[in-house]
Amino acid sequence: MSVLILAEHDGIALNPAVNHAVTAAQHWGMPVHLLIAGNDTNVIAQAAAEISGVARVIRVDAAHLEHALAEDLANIVVALGRDYQVILGVHGAYARNVLPRAAALLDVAMVSDAVEILPGNTYVRPVYAGSVYSTVQNDEAIQIVTVRSSRFKAAGLGGSAEIVTFDAPPAFGKSRWIGRTHQHSDRPALGSARIVVSGGRSLGSAEKFDAVLTPLADKLDAALGATRAAVDAGYAPNDIQVGQTGVVVAPDLYIAVGVSGAVQHTYGMKDSKIVVAINQDPDAPIFQVADYGLVADLFDAVPKLTAAIH
Amino acid sequence: MKILVAVKRVVDHNIQVRIKPDGSDVDIAGVKMSINPFDENAVEEALRLKERGIATEIVAVSFGTAANQDVLRHALAMGADRALLVETESELQPLGVAKLLKAVVERVQPDIVLLGKQAIDDDAGQTGQMLAALLGVGQGTFISSLDIEGDEAIVTREIDGGTEQVAVKLPAVLTADLRLNDPRFVKLPNLMMAKKKPIETLSAAELGADIAPRLKQVKVSEPPARKPGIRVNDVQELIAKLHEEGMLS
Ligand SMILES: Cc1cc2nc3c(=O)[nH]c(=O)nc-3n(C[C@H](O)[C@H](O)[C@H](O)COP(=O)(O)OP(=O)(O)OC[C@H]3O[C@@H](n4cnc5c(N)ncnc54)[C@H](O)[C@@H]3O)c2cc1C
Ligand SMILES: Nc1ncnc2c1ncn2[C@@H]1O[C@H](COP(=O)(O)O)[C@@H](O)[C@H]1O
Repeated sequence: MSVLILAEHDGIALNPAVNHAVTAAQHWGMPVHLLIAGNDTNVIAQAAAEISGVARVIRVDAAHLEHALAEDLANIVVALGRDYQVILGVHGAYARNVLPRAAALLDVAMVSDAVEILPGNTYVRPVYAGSVYSTVQNDEAIQIVTVRSSRFKAAGLGGSAEIVTFDAPPAFGKSRWIGRTHQHSDRPALGSARIVVSGGRSLGSAEKFDAVLTPLADKLDAALGATRAAVDAGYAPNDIQVGQTGVVVAPDLYIAVGVSGAVQHTYGMKDSKIVVAINQDPDAPIFQVADYGLVADLFDAVPKLTAAIH
Repeated sequence: MKILVAVKRVVDHNIQVRIKPDGSDVDIAGVKMSINPFDENAVEEALRLKERGIATEIVAVSFGTAANQDVLRHALAMGADRALLVETESELQPLGVAKLLKAVVERVQPDIVLLGKQAIDDDAGQTGQMLAALLGVGQGTFISSLDIEGDEAIVTREIDGGTEQVAVKLPAVLTADLRLNDPRFVKLPNLMMAKKKPIETLSAAELGADIAPRLKQVKVSEPPARKPGIRVNDVQELIAKLHEEGMLS
């Protein structure tokens, strides 16, 4: 038996988080296969084959797979899945869309957002916005799991997996891709950035969010993040929301600026190595998860910080 | 057009849950319970489709004990036309709920099933996708906008790195993200009126679905605590600390 990883990509490159899932997959001590479905996956498959610890890359190419519709991807996972003991994905929008569907078709339960994999098909996962960890045992014949990638090291290069192809099942045909709004940015991707600068509602407007935080992020080569309150207010785009219902990040340095620190927010950043909080309220909960707390007016402190970094 | 909305009863999002002394589970006895926030967005969106003359009937359904009547009353007070309580004392997990929902869909015959994208207690985010699979229909997950054009639901999905637009043939299963809408405030007179509306109740057993839990919770625990931090007095001190940590090189 082997482990199958539903490997996310954007048509150009593999999501770097897949390398972390490869490490998670080593837990079972079985061969690891990567499933890469898309329209023209040749280049992506070549790169995937070089990930250390991958035994086989399974390419599934078809025109109807170009936009990774959940219905079509789930059908591929189901077609291949019965030969696997474990099916893994990275806990992000891609696998969260596909794997529950595949699980139901295979009639097995699924474990979402595993932060630890223990012996005996047992997993630790956050519940209640991460304020509690639940340890669950899964006795299903096929283990379907999404993993929190930041909890597992990235597998390196140096592998030479075989690349095989698999014929795609016919298009499901009940959903149709229309388009995509890509928030273009020259910054590092939020999910894998070494430093994240995150802002809250207190920035006051989209202009100020940009004027105060962007120069700091530029100097640090950081990704920008935001609270839900800041996103809802229109200060920042939805895809940079950090938290229970947004993105989970674990950078080396997370700088929270004018962020109160609600559990729904800290869910998404508590695993960061170093947390800095700048908030004018000395009792703000964010200070409870901060390594370095500065009680200050952000409009005063952040420009000073930016100016002092070379 | 008929819309079925699944509403779950969960610990209110403002409550910090406690762990039982024996670590077997969380202790939610006597804790404030509410409708799952995402499900409130789902109800709101159904109401808006009705107000736009697209939907004709909105049915709210909840699975659990008799206590779930309160979230169904909430949905009725918001404006749902009728409510269905599927009663069971057993622990429910996403696959089981999806199977129950499938049986309800077969009875109610909705054109759209709206769910929340995730329940804020188990944080699973699975039920909608599982239901779509079991029904053999298309799915629109994590949606932040919804339109109906002909026999398709046109949705905007919140995905990593942006948003995506997808058209899904009806009947379809859709799951609501928080940015889909701002749920209306429930007025007291509406809540009083909703108290008088009947809630149809059936037992889960009647639906004949296999709802046996598949995952076994071994224990619950506190997440690892971060080591206590320190306060710095000014920006200079902060910079010095970040240098010491090797963060600014
Ligand atoms: C179901 C659900 C899911 C949610 N999911 C998420 C999620 O994924 N991510 C998320 O972030 N939130 C989420 N939330 C919302 C969360 O509960 C909080 O409401 C939100 O994180 C608060 O954002 P904020 O810190 O920007 O705003 P506020 O809580 O309003 O805090 C603003 C902070 O700024 C400080 N401040 C004000 N002015 C200044 C100044 N001049 N200088 C310095 N500091 C200043 C204040 O002291 C305060 O601490 C969710 C909520 C629910 C119910
Ligand atoms: N017991 C339940 N009763 C009604 N709806 C539910 C129940 N459990 C889950 N749901 C629906 O499924 C969604 C996702 O739940 P989950 O997969 O548990 O995160 C919720 O937002 C609800 O719409």
